[in-house]
Amino acid sequence: MRQRIGVYICHCGGNISDYVDVEELSKMFHKEDGVVVSKDVMFACADSNQKAMVEDIQQYNLDAIVVASCSPKLHLHTFRAVAGRAGLNPNNYVQVNIREQCSWPHSDRPREATVKAAGLIRAGINRVVYSEALDSIEIEVKKAAMVIGAGISGMKAAIDLARAGNEVYLVEKDYFVGGHIAQQEKLFMTGQSGKEIVKRLYDEMKSYKNITVFTGATVSKVTGSLGSFNIEVKVKPRFINGKMDKQSVKRVMDDCQVTVRDRFNEGLTTRKAIYKNYPEALPDVPVVDMEALRDHPDFLEKHKAVINPNEQEETIALLAGSVLVTTGFDNYEPKEGEFGYKNIPNVITLPQLNRLMELSPEKLVYNGKEIRSVAFIYCVGSRQKKGENKYCSRQCCTSTIYTALQLKEKYGKIQNYHLYRDIRTYGKQEILYDRASKQGDLFFKYEEKELPTVEMNGNAITLKVKDYLTNKKELEITPDLVVLVTGMVARADAPHISELFKIPIGNDKFFNEIHPKLKPVETVIKGVYIGGTCQGPKNVSEAVQSSLAGASKITALLKSGTVMGDPVVARIDADVCTWCGKCAEVCDYTAIRETITKAGKHIAGVNRSVCTGCGICAPVCPVNAIEVAKYTDHEIEAMIDGFAAEVEIREEDVSAVNEGKEDFVAAHMKEYPQIWKDILDTLDTEKKTIPEMVDTLNMAPEMVTWHLMTMNKYGVVSPAGTNDKEEYYYYKIK
Amino acid sequence: MPNDNTSPKILVFSTDKISDPGIDQAGLRKIHYSPSVYVINMPCSSGVKPRWILHAFEKGFDGVFIAADGHECSYSASCPERTNDIIIASQKLMAEKNINPKRIRMAALCSVCAEPFVSHMENFSKILAGLEE
Ligand SMILES: Cc1cc2nc3c(=O)[nH]c(=O)nc-3n(C[C@H](O)[C@H](O)[C@H](O)COP(=O)(O)OP(=O)(O)OC[C@H]3O[C@@H](n4cnc5c(N)ncnc54)[C@H](O)[C@@H]3O)c2cc1C
Ligand code: SF4
Ligand code: SF4
Ligand code: SF4
Repeated sequence: MRQRIGVYICHCGGNISDYVDVEELSKMFHKEDGVVVSKDVMFACADSNQKAMVEDIQQYNLDAIVVASCSPKLHLHTFRAVAGRAGLNPNNYVQVNIREQCSWPHSDRPREATVKAAGLIRAGINRVVYSEALDSIEIEVKKAAMVIGAGISGMKAAIDLARAGNEVYLVEKDYFVGGHIAQQEKLFMTGQSGKEIVKRLYDEMKSYKNITVFTGATVSKVTGSLGSFNIEVKVKPRFINGKMDKQSVKRVMDDCQVTVRDRFNEGLTTRKAIYKNYPEALPDVPVVDMEALRDHPDFLEKHKAVINPNEQEETIALLAGSVLVTTGFDNYEPKEGEFGYKNIPNVITLPQLNRLMELSPEKLVYNGKEIRSVAFIYCVGSRQKKGENKYCSRQCCTSTIYTALQLKEKYGKIQNYHLYRDIRTYGKQEILYDRASKQGDLFFKYEEKELPTVEMNGNAITLKVKDYLTNKKELEITPDLVVLVTGMVARADAPHISELFKIPIGNDKFFNEIHPKLKPVETVIKGVYIGGTCQGPKNVSEAVQSSLAGASKITALLKSGTVMGDPVVARIDADVCTWCGKCAEVCDYTAIRETITKAGKHIAGVNRSVCTGCGICAPVCPVNAIEVAKYTDHEIEAMIDGFAAEVEIREEDVSAVNEGKEDFVAAHMKEYPQIWKDILDTLDTEKKTIPEMVDTLNMAPEMVTWHLMTMNKYGVVSPAGTNDKEEYYYYKIK
Repeated sequence: MPNDNTSPKILVFSTDKISDPGIDQAGLRKIHYSPSVYVINMPCSSGVKPRWILHAFEKGFDGVFIAADGHECSYSASCPERTNDIIIASQKLMAEKNINPKRIRMAALCSVCAEPFVSHMENFSKILAGLEE
């Protein structure tokens, strides 16, 4: 139990103290048991106050501190660090949110706001009394990373990881690397060929001795955790005798007459039973499709020097400190009959059209017919209000428009019709939209509630659309080809990967990061990161940005050889636990296993480096044997007691909350908090409006507004006229 | 000074990463709600113990509200069901103490759900004020 507590209550320059009587509260808590120091401070986060706190902790030998100020999302780490600098365990610090959850939402009722703040602070003090000096968990990490999926996201990440000196295992399920971009003849925005990029990256990977690429490989088992994941990888055989030279292998390929549907060409063509995805596919070793050759023993016998039907699947055990998942996306497969798909001959998908174009160097011919007009139906399998995929697939508007430009560039006279819901060619991609409009493409806007219809009339397709651009006029088009702009969906085997690594899956079925803005590539599984399109639709540049972010996170993690794990984990009371196993059943991370105590008792044991501290196990224990550190019964119940305690505040002080306020503030404003300094920095050279400051500071508009109002009130800044449209005031330094 | 605030006292359990930021948003935008709403933030709403809920009622809270992450929970896909189990378990304990089961509620809130949070608090306050045990 903590007995020497320091309490700091922040004015936030008026953001709090305009509505909450912080001076009265600091006097009140001075009398509280265990409280040695109780102060109201102008800006708790200001450097001068941080220094004063360090001095207090040392001088008064404080064993815990409470700061009542803004939301912990802003300054939890600031004050943790203060505690650390003063030699106090950062876990003996509690932050109480009396701004976002008190002074601001209750600015209409200062009296009640003060009473509530008293309850919140008392709860904080009660909680800190029970706080423990928890030590971080030191975990050794193996300087090796596994990257799963060798699309562009995985390959770029593997190279970065290797360059930083890590051992890298790149595991690719297909027999060839590259993922979807290998299917793209040209990629927006640079016009580069997908295959060339794949080749360049593959060559670069080969130049690193510390990258091992496994193709035809999948992860089959994972044990261990952050620092040392033991991963079993199964590598499928290629059935090619590795000793044979390329010429002999090629002769067998030429001799092969067995063909099957070509997945790489989206089913538009067939491929041989001995194949490469495309001639330059890498690694440069063909694969034998044994399934396709099952009924051709003569062929196998004839070429037994080259084809080895007995080659076995290999299982390889690897040890990695961290894992990056970059397994990418699948294309949405339209349902039979969706816009005529599979029922009407000339209805295909965008990925199919892209393959068709690469395979058709001169004339665009489909089903024996030369294509002179193409109608694209956008958002197929995306943005479904009633369907499964509520999200927008982000890249397909631009992919389609880029394809339409290519059609015209490559084949000359082609008329493109675009049946869209909204055009989302954001950022620089807008230039392509402009080009498509200028080249004479026609755009029609439809709504989900009135979908276009595709019918066959004799030999011709009739496409009907209610066009919202021309007052919902029903228009008819007769294109040679209808192209369904299919969106991105999560990989069919994503649940399997999720199961192996315990990565949470979102509503959209893609993998879930912890937080899209604050922890965009981290998962709740320590040491497991996600990058590229396995987290959701992205174009190449966005996919690579996220996978490289994951790679740098991993490099930072593996650098020192050890990492400090969060001590907020579950723990079991060995005396109480009866090993009923209920907790282990609900733990999604298999952090709980049966263990035997020295005394021979069977109890639940928590693997501290795996436990996420989610607390899900705690309420299910029938005998209350589980607590999560920092969320113990003592701490939470003491907080509730704190909220509930009677508050005695002298009436006159509350009503006088604002009297003499400005003088006090002026006298105590020795230093500005960081956020004021940041605002002043933006005003240093020129006056600015609030939206301009928001842009420069990348901060919530409300946050800038409230601080600016306070700064204005205390004469730190002043208004300087309005902007041209008279929409916003300019502010300048006073 | 006596607390002359007569609106029902509500304890909210929020989550660090999603619903608590949503509640912060209400403050940031100065959207007012009752000052007798108190919030405890947790990693995940599925970690709230029924005994804490009972403790809150014993200490005079009129209602307990769990601001869950719903399907956005980054810890567990089954978070909504788990949190619901906690509500059911709590209601059983509440029944033993003759506490109306309507005194506990749960809803999913997102990280920018300022208005939804405030309207949940208003509705819940109304329900609590209208309860006759
Ligand atoms: C029709 C179309 C056109 C496009 N055109 C453009 C364009 O012009 N410009 C642009 O910027 N973007 C374009 N995109 C988007 C682009 O394709 C993606 O951004 C890019 O492919 C994402 O790369 P990735 O590595 O994340 O995923 P992927 O390309 O899907 O690669 C993932 C890799 O992981 C492998 N894998 C999957 N599961 C496993 C597993 N369980 N174990 C091991 N390996 C696994 C896959 O085999 C694959 O090799 C287009 C997309 C489409 C559909
Ligand atoms: S990017 Fe365009 S086509 Fe793709 S889902 Fe979004 S709006 Fe529809
Ligand atoms: S649920 Fe409780 S009693 Fe059962 S094994 Fe887990 S900790 Fe032990
Ligand atoms: S807190 Fe419990 S349920 Fe959550 S990861 Fe740890 S052991 Fe598993």
